[in-house]
Amino acid sequence: MALETKFTEEHEWLRIEDDLVVVGITEHAATQLGDVVFIELPDEGTVVSKDDEVVVIESVKAASDILAPLDGEIVEVNEALANDPGKVNEDPLGDAWFFKMKIEDLSELDDYMSEAEYKTYIG
Amino acid sequence: MSEMTGLKRTPLYDFHVEQGGKMVPFAGYDMPVQYPLGVMKEHLHTRAEAGLFDVSHMGQVMLTSPEGIEALGLALETLAPVDVLAVKPGRQRYGVFTNDAGGILDDLMISNTGDALFLVVNAACKQQDIAHLITHLPGHVTVTEITNRALLALQGPKAEAVLAQIVPQVAEMRFMDSLRIAVGGSEWWISRSGYTGEDGFEISVPAGEAVDFAKTLVAMDAVELIGLGARDSLRLEAGLCLYGHDIDSTTSPVEGNIAWAMQKTRRSGGARAGGFPGADRILSELHNGAERKRVGLLPQGRAPMREGTPLFATSESADQIGVITSGGFGPSVERPIAMGYLPAEFTKIGTEIYAELRGKRLPVTVADMPFRPSTYKR
Repeated sequence: MALETKFTEEHEWLRIEDDLVVVGITEHAATQLGDVVFIELPDEGTVVSKDDEVVVIESVKAASDILAPLDGEIVEVNEALANDPGKVNEDPLGDAWFFKMKIEDLSELDDYMSEAEYKTYIG
Repeated sequence: MSEMTGLKRTPLYDFHVEQGGKMVPFAGYDMPVQYPLGVMKEHLHTRAEAGLFDVSHMGQVMLTSPEGIEALGLALETLAPVDVLAVKPGRQRYGVFTNDAGGILDDLMISNTGDALFLVVNAACKQQDIAHLITHLPGHVTVTEITNRALLALQGPKAEAVLAQIVPQVAEMRFMDSLRIAVGGSEWWISRSGYTGEDGFEISVPAGEAVDFAKTLVAMDAVELIGLGARDSLRLEAGLCLYGHDIDSTTSPVEGNIAWAMQKTRRSGGARAGGFPGADRILSELHNGAERKRVGLLPQGRAPMREGTPLFATSESADQIGVITSGGFGPSVERPIAMGYLPAEFTKIGTEIYAELRGKRLPVTVADMPFRPSTYKR
């Protein structure tokens, strides 16, 4: 079971808390996006498949999506973030988590990158 | 030109990179979309103090003729529905080139230098514009693209105080003045204008002086470098058209809601009515109104609505009635703003329509522009 924070090629971070997967975006992604002005979160209870577009995130410049990193159910979303999207730029790895997912098997996270691997990935 | 990317560079390219500019392709040039400050802060800084923009990618074109300035003005009037003759020496005016179908080939600034007409045209259109001018202007007119100069824009409430430290004469200029001023042995062409809704200046300097000038400006506390990202959000808040998006070869000036740029002399009953490409359609639309018009749009929620977002009359109606041509978040107005085209019957300020965003119909209100009052020094 993965206890360390994992990273996806889509620049999301995944952390296990109370058997749920917490999902956010990396500092690198937040910097690339620029000042975030709008976030649309999914409904709690939504069942998603890996790579479904689950969050819309918009900066002054452009819109982009956050994809579901795994199959599972969205069990909690960070409503505070929708009201204060700028938090994504201020604290991407902490307060600015997007949603928590329940997944079948937490070992599925093992396929994702470690922090060291992610750092190499972004160069 | 860079061999790697095929993109052209302005005289300030190395300076942008050195200043941390994030370079992107734009109209064939490698241009800074933002600097380390970021789009939001760059935008707000321009509105609060002064922002410096490299607009050297835009076309600078000189029209000269042995027959003199009046003949030049009359010649240009055959391609643009503008009273060019009324542009006095040292003044500038906004206008458009039209095509035979009454659409817009480009929008531009026209300055009277006293003995020539100086045009500033869009980067993406400049080669086409120059070819158009050469083909259609009478033989006595010489069309010269000015390629040995950089063009910088300094915009914002502190622009005058900042620029006056280098060129004191600018304090005497008013909106749309356009002067040639001797600065340190060379000639700078300065107009009091811009495309941000702010007071400010556009300064054409010899290419070799551009970097020193930019360095002198950014060394001042009030000045920050501003990229294309904030340039776009600033002009959107100011309600100004972006060619190729909000106006193009299919939209007439009346549809584009820039009929104000066509003076009475060129309209029906005027001293030099018509006589420009597409005059039949444009004069008819000035009289009867156009079937569709560019309007300001305020999305009612918090979701920005971007270019291409379809518009509908109601939350359920099947037929699309219009489209958003520019849209995003306005940092100064702190809300999403947009502009787009709607049929005439939907263009009254306050009309509620719907946009379809990610499969959902969301309410949008037709609004007056600019979204933020402009602060030109008239």
